[in-house]
This record gives sequence, structure tokens and C-alpha cells, in this order.
Amino acid sequence: MKRYSAFAIAKEAFRQHTGWTRAWANPAPRAKYDVIIVGAGGHGLATAYYLGKNFGITNVAILEKGWLGGGNTGRNTTIIRSNYLQDPSAAIYEKSRSLYETMSQDLNYNVMFSPRGVIMLAQTQHEIRGYKRTAHANALQGVKTEWIGPEKVKELCPIMNIDGPRYPVLGGLWQARGGTARHDAVAWGYARACSDMGMHVIQQCEVTAIRRDGGRVVGVDTTKGAIDCDKLGLVVAGHSGVMAQMAGFRLPIESVALQALVSEPIKPCMDVVVMANTVHGYMSQSDKGEMVIGGGTDGYNNYTQRGSFHHIEETVRALIETFPMIARLKMLRQWGGIVDVTGDRSPILSKTPVDGVFVNCGWGTGGFKAIPGSGWAMAELMAKGASPLTDEFSMFRFREGKFIDESVAAGVAH
Amino acid sequence: MLTLHCPYCGTDADETDLHAGGQAHLKRYGPGSSDDQFEDYMFMRENPKGVHFERWRHVYGCGKWFLAARCTATLEVFGTYPAQTTEPPPDLRAKISAKRPGWTWGDFA
Repeated sequence: MKRYSAFAIAKEAFRQHTGWTRAWANPAPRAKYDVIIVGAGGHGLATAYYLGKNFGITNVAILEKGWLGGGNTGRNTTIIRSNYLQDPSAAIYEKSRSLYETMSQDLNYNVMFSPRGVIMLAQTQHEIRGYKRTAHANALQGVKTEWIGPEKVKELCPIMNIDGPRYPVLGGLWQARGGTARHDAVAWGYARACSDMGMHVIQQCEVTAIRRDGGRVVGVDTTKGAIDCDKLGLVVAGHSGVMAQMAGFRLPIESVALQALVSEPIKPCMDVVVMANTVHGYMSQSDKGEMVIGGGTDGYNNYTQRGSFHHIEETVRALIETFPMIARLKMLRQWGGIVDVTGDRSPILSKTPVDGVFVNCGWGTGGFKAIPGSGWAMAELMAKGASPLTDEFSMFRFREGKFIDESVAAGVAH
Repeated sequence: MLTLHCPYCGTDADETDLHAGGQAHLKRYGPGSSDDQFEDYMFMRENPKGVHFERWRHVYGCGKWFLAARCTATLEVFGTYPAQTTEPPPDLRAKISAKRPGWTWGDFA
């Protein structure tokens, strides 16, 4: 791998940039790997990367039916935060946020991590209580967040109207070390690092069947032929239910469409991320100047990667009261991703009823922020059979009633 | 926008008039059932990429619950039927078989 640096750019400038090599290889699959990861999105690539980096397992293939990072990794609003209420959530999301801080140096790839700060607005009395509770919980968990009043919110984000007629801003939960990163770069950086360790990132290779022998996985059938493996990691987000069906078990997951949109680019006007959960919209400004807006999910199962149009209207309508200046802004693009939602709105990182098959899914509407932590924990789970970060996130927690209930904890957007 | 035919009102309802209610034909287990059965009823869900049966409520209409057969991969609606049944009607199943040969969903085919 050719290292990226200021010196490398200067050197290439003298020879018309002819010395750059491919960032990752495009190999044909071998007959057998130690580990196969299905899904070359952020979570799948991060899992492979930490398998190699932390455990020295490099005979790994990452299979992707589409293209690298072409699913939800390239379809989110790039927000990174770790202000969750429950201890297991705070542990894995904070691990993730801390790994984002050093990711560019670690991968030698600029992921443009921007710790610009995240405010979650309180616009009802219930939210005030909820966020103060979260702030106290975070203090115990070692996650730096604080409760701030409306004046401080206005100071951090002057374009906000804090005296809206219906939902005035009553304060907020502020995480100064949250922020955003370049989503594609996260996938590309991990892919480059994986390829450099000798792993195979195989695109346009769809898994069509999972072969088992006596309750143990032996390999997969793909559109590029059969491939054997000792361990199989299913990291496919929206299609987790489809993969589970192939492996012969069920998951407590439903797949729905989640939408986002961006406006035309405007001059810098907002240097924080704002989430308004009561009205169900969140907004930040990209480096290109576009206002990046996230909306709600549709309430029904959907695999089409497009959502209902009326949700866009609802989201923008809700945000206009709090951000009056965006009322005349033209929206440029809208897109949808298929998110896998569990009953308690917390992810599943788990062994499965099939020996050798591990599943990492259920990140629902907030997976991007978790990519490095998820990969770190999943790699440990696959290499050692257990991980302190994943113990609570077993797929069997539902039957035992051990929920990690973030859906009523007012700590998340959905 | 998704449009579903309300079998009670006899009208076509827009998605904004409706509320999605999750998987249809959930089998409820009574006293003496096993943990597996309860987990199945309470948490496990069909999540197919293709033919799916689900509950809908005509919120801004008659307010009643009905069931719908829909394709989650194309958003094609195969038909709707009243909720007072434990399985999809035969004519609807035949209609789905004509369009999606070999489909299965839970215990139905």
C-alpha cells in the first residue's frame, strides 16, 4: 500500500500523479477462507479490519452484492454521538466515538472526522426530564455530555428560533465531542486497510445460500461460485432477515425505509449538529454547504430503498419552525436506506443457533456512528467467542426479557 | 404514495389516512405454552423480501383494522381483506401465486 501523506502528494506532483496505485485490490474469490464476512458496508469492513489488526486473522473475505459502502453506509446523515442512556449502549457507542477520533491516523485515510458537537433539543417538559436523566447517566458512564439552557443553545446555533409558537426550545443535551465524518471515506479507508492486510474485498458477489453440515456452517454459495469458510459473519443491515432465513433461523427484526435529504449548498451558517426529536427532524451542514436533513421511518416493511414522499414534507415542515431561514431553501436530493429495526431499538451482536455463524445487525436508524465500535466488538466476538462489549447484545436477550430499551429512553432519534 | 383498498369502507385510502400495524396472522399462545412459543409470538417477525401480510388501520376513515398482502420488494399490493380471519382468503392466495409462483410466508403458501 502506498502511504498517503503531504510528502507523497508533493512527490507525485513532480510526475503528473502517475505513481498512485489502486486503493484496494479486486480479486477473484478463493475456494476457502477462515472467515467470510457478508456485507462490505462500514460495519462489515470494520469487523474484518479489527479481526486482522487485533487478532491477526487475515485469511478473510468480505462479500458484497452491490458495491463497497453502497448501502446504508452511503445513505446516512453521518452523525456521530454516544449520549445513550443504558450502560451497554453507552459503552459500545462511546468506544466507537473514541475510535473515530483517531481513525484517520489509524487507517492513513482522511475520514474528515469533525467533532463539531451535537445538540439534542428538548422541546417538551418530558424531554427536559429525559435529557437531564441521560446527562446524569452519561456522567456515571464516563461519557462527556451536559445539560444546557436555551440561551446556550442559541449561542451555539444562532440560526435557531428558540421561541417557536408550538415547540419552543427549552434546552438541550450537548455532547461537544460528537460530530460528523465523511461516510464514504470510512468504507473506503477500511477497505484499503483490509486489502493491504491481504484480505479479499469481493464486490458484486451476492450470497445465495448458506451451507451447513450438522448444525455448523461450512460455506456459502454465491453468484461467483461456492466458497467454504470456518466462520461466517452476517453484517448486512436491512437484509439481515433474508440472510437469517438462508441460515435457518429467525430474527426479531423488521426492515423499514429511512429517508434523508440535502438542500442546495449555502454559505456556512451552522457549525453544530442539531437533533429535534419531538418534531422528528435533524440537521447539520456539510463541508460543501448543503443542509443535511434526516427524517423519519415509514411504519411498514420495505426493501425498495425509497420512502414515502409525505415524510419529507413532515420533516421539513417541522424543522422550519425551529429554523425559519431554511423556509426558502430548495431541496436538492432525497434518498432512502433500508434499516433493520429490533423490538428494543438496540442492535444485535451475537452468536446464532448455527455454529460458526455470527450476526451483527439491528443498528436500525443509527448505525453510522457505531461503525468502528461495532467492528471492534464483533471482531472480538468472532475471534474469541465472547466480548464484554457484545455480551448484552445477544439475539437471545428478548426471550430472557433483558432488553436494552433505548426506544423509551428518549436518548435516540427514533 | 401507497394506496390500500379498505374492505369495510369500500374506498381506496392513501397511506396518510392509514396506520401500519405490523405483521398479520400472529399466532397467540395461551397458558402452558413454552418460552420458545412466547418468544415467537412476542418478538420474532416475518421480514421477507417479497410477499408479506400485514395489519393496517384505516385511522382517518372508518377506524377499523384490516389485513393486506403486499410485496416488500416492489410495493405492489396484491389485495386487502377483513381482519376477522386467521388466514388469507383462497382467492387472494391464488392471485399471489399467479404473480409470485412458489411464494411462502410463515405457514402459508
